Amino acid sequence: MTTDTANGDIAVRVYPGTYRDSVSLMLLSREVATMDGVADALVGMGTAVNLQSFTEMGAPVPSDVAENDLIVAVQAADPAVREAAFARAEAGDATRPTGATGGGERRARSVRTAARVPGQAPASLALVSVPGPHAAGVALEALNEGLDVMVFSDNVPLKHEIALKRTAERLGRLVMGPDCGTAVLQGACLGFANVTRPGTVGVVAASGTGAQHLMSLLDAAHVGVSHCLGVGGRDLSEEVGASSAVRALDILDADPQTDRIVVISKPPAPAAAERLTAHAATLSKPVHTILLGTQGQDITSAVEEVLHAQGVAVPEWPQWAPGSPGGRSARSGALRGLYCGGTLAEEALLVVEAELGAVSSNLGKRAAESETPHRVVDFGADEFTQGRPHPMIDPMPREEQLRAELLDEDCAVVLLDVVLGHGAHPDPASGVAAVVRDGRALGSTTPVIVSLCGTQDDPQDLTRQAETLQAAGAEVYVSNAAAARRAARLAAGKD
Amino acid sequence: MPSTESRLTSEAPSVVTVGAELLTDTLTAQGAPVHPVDFRPPLAGDGVDDALVDVLADPRRAEANETALNRVLGVRPRLVDVRPASEFLGLRPGTFYHAGPPIAWKDASGPLRGALIGAMLFEGLAQSPEEAEKALAEGAATLEPCHHHGGVGPMAGVVSPSMWVFVLRDEADPERYSWCSLNEGLGKVLRYGAYGPEVVERLRWMSSVLGPVLRDAVRARGPIDLGTILAQMLHMGDEAHNRNRAGTLMLLRDLLPNLVAGDHPAEDLAEVMRFVGGNDHFFLNLAMPALKLMLDAGRDVPGSSLVVAMARNGTEFGIQVSGTGDQWFTGPAQYPEGLFLGSYGPDDANPDIGDSAITETGGMGGFVMAAAPAIVRLVGGDAAFAMDATQNMYEITNDDHPLFQLPILDFRGSPTGIDVAKVVSTGILPQINTGMAGRVPGTGQVGAGLVTPPAECFTKAIRALGEAAEAP
Repeated sequence: MTTDTANGDIAVRVYPGTYRDSVSLMLLSREVATMDGVADALVGMGTAVNLQSFTEMGAPVPSDVAENDLIVAVQAADPAVREAAFARAEAGDATRPTGATGGGERRARSVRTAARVPGQAPASLALVSVPGPHAAGVALEALNEGLDVMVFSDNVPLKHEIALKRTAERLGRLVMGPDCGTAVLQGACLGFANVTRPGTVGVVAASGTGAQHLMSLLDAAHVGVSHCLGVGGRDLSEEVGASSAVRALDILDADPQTDRIVVISKPPAPAAAERLTAHAATLSKPVHTILLGTQGQDITSAVEEVLHAQGVAVPEWPQWAPGSPGGRSARSGALRGLYCGGTLAEEALLVVEAELGAVSSNLGKRAAESETPHRVVDFGADEFTQGRPHPMIDPMPREEQLRAELLDEDCAVVLLDVVLGHGAHPDPASGVAAVVRDGRALGSTTPVIVSLCGTQDDPQDLTRQAETLQAAGAEVYVSNAAAARRAARLAAGKD
Repeated sequence: MPSTESRLTSEAPSVVTVGAELLTDTLTAQGAPVHPVDFRPPLAGDGVDDALVDVLADPRRAEANETALNRVLGVRPRLVDVRPASEFLGLRPGTFYHAGPPIAWKDASGPLRGALIGAMLFEGLAQSPEEAEKALAEGAATLEPCHHHGGVGPMAGVVSPSMWVFVLRDEADPERYSWCSLNEGLGKVLRYGAYGPEVVERLRWMSSVLGPVLRDAVRARGPIDLGTILAQMLHMGDEAHNRNRAGTLMLLRDLLPNLVAGDHPAEDLAEVMRFVGGNDHFFLNLAMPALKLMLDAGRDVPGSSLVVAMARNGTEFGIQVSGTGDQWFTGPAQYPEGLFLGSYGPDDANPDIGDSAITETGGMGGFVMAAAPAIVRLVGGDAAFAMDATQNMYEITNDDHPLFQLPILDFRGSPTGIDVAKVVSTGILPQINTGMAGRVPGTGQVGAGLVTPPAECFTKAIRALGEAAEAP
């Protein structure tokens, strides 16, 4: 039972009570919008945020739609194209009804039902990625059911996070997140995570891409990871007080597979840092702490310390220089950093600032754009992900910016990250390489420096991704700090 | 200090995924056991997400809900007596009990008004329907919910002093009781708002013959275990709300020897047996107070989000919750969807009415549709629908009933103990089987079908529970 409305060449179809997750719908939205003859298209649930987008598009959405109703709006001059677009949206599995009445296989509607499959061992973990305001409710249900929880969702209210973590403390469970993008348990990757060799280093991470980079570097040094427990970016805030980090440390300290623990985080609140440090000192295993920006260290040098402590030789960090000339900048000038990974962007910014001075950025309090030609942008920040998937899934916005920078006469060097692993785009290098090739064809000689985060065993294949980028004329480093340093020196005219 | 041994590091993860399919697919690709949840947003409303978190994080919650439900499951409902309402309840002329949350005459719907008019005529408080209506409009009568006096009434649920009631007691705690009026049959009957001469005449016979005959048989026989009958009904195609055929016959079977051996004239006994045996709904008025007796035991446990009553007065639907005392959380009663008798249609129907949703509150009725496939057509569905309805109710209840089992689900216990938090978080509303009363007073029954409570009963309840919650 659907409702159709129209306004000129914009047609709207509403599928009542047909809930789909936002990531699927955003990808589908783009698929429909890029069909031949379609001027614009939007597929989304009837949430307040989405209704605003439909209004901006000029789509005549009925006033009585609910959050559970799926809305497809298509703008196309040809009515046949509009119908084809609706058909594509439906074929994209967006509108197939699930288990509302009769027949078919039953799908669980609650964590409890899903966790208790007759004849199987009860589930051990819940992975929650529902819209932020609803996430803590689902996570608490999972805790009450006896599960540990990973909350991938962002935009979870702080008071919800506190309630969640107090409950986890009472029940002796771990809450990874909210806003936890990365975890590795027994070699299984949850969220965005790289396939690393099995090993004995346990990781506690309040940073997603920071953890990915750390594990990838260890892997490049032939050192494996036992588990990576994410805790969420806000765990080390004053209000949350390192609740999950402390629990995660205890879990790894008790885990026989782990013999060394590394904590990685952005700068924590002092009280949380104190609690964390004090607790780490009580453990039976050595704990290394990488607090980005507080100790003047970068992730690569911190990993090298871990390797030293482990008695493992520090390898030459892999890098791939372009086969053709272009490794030297024609001129000094502006550095433009275009990042997907928040922590990688943060680290790059610190390295670049040390070399070039003021750099503008959307990361925290930085110099204004008018004060400096240098800029580092985190495309994974909230302002870029409202109504869009993360750039690690949908690289298009960043590729557009790369295209522009390559043709910008002020831009002397572009620095960017390419992140591999489960959850990430299946072939991120190809998109970047195509833009670089286009730029070269148009006469751009601007050096492109890539920080490539990944491992040989990732589904995307590190070497193949690196060679694709190299062949297009980019320089590739597995060390983000090395990439940032190289880019900064090029911008300064020192390389 | 909580134990630090964790399944996270000792077992390969088996993951329940809720949300983005991409993350589910990523795990599936790695060969991990994955159990996806078909997530829908919770019931919508201001402050609902916050309240849900407060309730789910209330440290008392798990134990409180277990305590409340265990008390419910511990009740052994017995039919022990049949008595006039005036004697047993001390009900005085001019006071009427009714179904659902409290309501005044000015807000009463057609069927409730019709039933009150009929009860005025039956009690001799008015000589004509017009006179009765005028007196009621002028406030001549006191109206109080059955639920406030430990009882329940189907449809309009109107009880007057001269009516007889079944009296139930808990074998485990004989101080606790519940009651319900005697069932009049179908068609033009008081509880559906009819008040014609045949309605009043039937009520007189029920008070003068049916009540005393049943009283003497029950007293002679001794307490009848209603829980056992309810359990057997589920094996015989009854769901104890819209279908009570097997239950009625089992009751009659239990009473027959004592009926026959009693002192009442043979023609009265024959009429009683004809009346009870010919009324497939007769046992409903025992199923209802049995579940009322059980659910009342679950009341007043601080921190519990167990629903202990769902009831409608024809205008509003109301629920009561263990952790919030006697407070009603109400919303406008909905129109049932289903089939209509004769030439009646949707325009003739009144909104949902009656205390009979106590059956669903206790996990019977719509909750055990899977056990009663014979009635799915009556309520407009098919066999698959019946299975699905019951499966859905497990998503909003806290436990499987140890005695009430469904053969078709491999004897799984009925879904018991509606949890406000689960209703809110899943967005699944309780499924209620119901009769439909005519909108116009005096009409009687017009159909039967399915209905759900309005969502605001549950969003209001979760907010109240949230305010009363203890900090984690």
